[in-house]
Amino acid sequence: MSSEQVTPPVTAPGASALSEARDAVRLTEVSKVYKTGRTELLALDRVSLTVADGEFVCIIGASGCGKSTLLNLVAGLDQPTSGLVEVGGRKVGVMFQEPALFPWLTAARNVELALQARGVPRSARRGQTEELLAAVRLGGFGGKRPHELSGGMRQRVAMARALAEDADVLLMDEPFGALDAMTRDLLHDELERICEERTLTVLFVTHNVREAARLGDRVIVLSSRPGRVIDEYTLPRVGHRRIDSPEVSEVAARLTDKLREEMGRHGH
Amino acid sequence: MVTDQALRGLDNLELRPDQGRPERSRLARKAWAAIWPKLGAIALVLVVWELVALTGWKPYVFKGPGPVLSDLWQQMQHGMFWATIGWTMESAAEGYLIALIIGSVLGILVARIPPLRAAVGSIITGLQTMPSVAWAPFAIILFGENNSAILFVVIMGAAPSIANGLITGVDYTPPLLLRAGKTMGLRGYTLYRYLILPASLPAFVAGLKQGWAFAWRSLMAAELFVAIIGQISIGQQLNVDQQSQDFTGASTVLIVILVIGVVIDTIFTKADLALRKRRGLLDSATT
Repeated sequence: MSSEQVTPPVTAPGASALSEARDAVRLTEVSKVYKTGRTELLALDRVSLTVADGEFVCIIGASGCGKSTLLNLVAGLDQPTSGLVEVGGRKVGVMFQEPALFPWLTAARNVELALQARGVPRSARRGQTEELLAAVRLGGFGGKRPHELSGGMRQRVAMARALAEDADVLLMDEPFGALDAMTRDLLHDELERICEERTLTVLFVTHNVREAARLGDRVIVLSSRPGRVIDEYTLPRVGHRRIDSPEVSEVAARLTDKLREEMGRHGH
Repeated sequence: MVTDQALRGLDNLELRPDQGRPERSRLARKAWAAIWPKLGAIALVLVVWELVALTGWKPYVFKGPGPVLSDLWQQMQHGMFWATIGWTMESAAEGYLIALIIGSVLGILVARIPPLRAAVGSIITGLQTMPSVAWAPFAIILFGENNSAILFVVIMGAAPSIANGLITGVDYTPPLLLRAGKTMGLRGYTLYRYLILPASLPAFVAGLKQGWAFAWRSLMAAELFVAIIGQISIGQQLNVDQQSQDFTGASTVLIVILVIGVVIDTIFTKADLALRKRRGLLDSATT
């Protein structure tokens, strides 16, 4: 589909069958039905998509498009009703809209706990924690508790924690949705830098069209109720894009039109 | 590099400036602000008490604060007074400790095992609403007039609150944190050790505090009922004073009960406050 971009050969630990095709995530005809009492809600309808290793894919859609359901399935927090979700043994880290840090632990302990949970020995944890906090530019803030940090800083601690899960694939569920525009803009740059440094594969859910156009190598548009893939844009990667650049604006305008058309379908 | 600088600047702008250590004079002023309303309240009680005494209401029984407080002072010179308090506090500590263990184990079991919750959960709530004095005659029948009967009543008073505090805490672990913990790979024991139990701590401390209040009431009730030969407790002292129509003596005992209750409750309140402050659950303007 869209893998014209040059991805360096990734030797992800535990990479299996999928890695031959260089797909980090593959969804084949995935449907998800929620049953509440007698009513059935079709959240996802035969969604197929692939994300290549090292690719940054944004998923955009209006309310009720099953974005969060999709991420839960890829994260393994939920099972599809039918279809296949494959991550080829890759480790998947998740970031939510809320930082979801443990308020009784310091920033450093929050990150360290993720290392501990996957069995990193005590002696190695301290150094790795410092390295991860430095990677999100929070060196020296490790001793602070979450409530002593700003919203943007908390979200970066959450990012460090997701990285501590040694993730090859990062799932992000509107991670900057609750931040102000200025902070969000800076964190876009940061996320881009970290992804390049670590060759991360990212599946990024948002309903902010500019954010999608700013960050994605590819943007996938989902319909609402049920969620289906209705459109897809591949964006040329020419250095860094600014959120206020003409090319981002142009793509954002096209995405907005598509979404309005989709919302209009439900307007009767 | 530009991004880096801008981000650093933003971080610095958004963090509250470090206020440093408060000066000593400010601390003193803060302490005084906390203490004077309490001193005022005590003074008010003494004034009203004295006024009632001055009206000459029940002149042969009722005494003003003067005689009562001087009697208290007199008693405080004697070892007997402290031995009485010591004996009662020993029972309190022992009963509360056993209630703590039973309550915690029960709480964690009920929270973890759904059928047990269905069976025992409502019983625990029921026990909590039951006045623990009602257990005293039952305990005497079961154990006789001895220390075991007293401990039994204290445990029946305190353990349900402690168990309930823990169950509430486990139930109200924020779902978002649970999701985060699971994606991190916390499972089974580690999930409890590193997420659910720490998240339950504020509710558990609230349960401990309520458990103490119930334990203290239960203990007083039990001591009034249970007379153990050779050992005089606060409750028994009250009993003796009642039988000898000693108003002053009974008043001093009431003051002792009140003071002990208030002091220990303050300790729990302080612990609760410190805990919530550490987690940023308090508005900084109110601290």
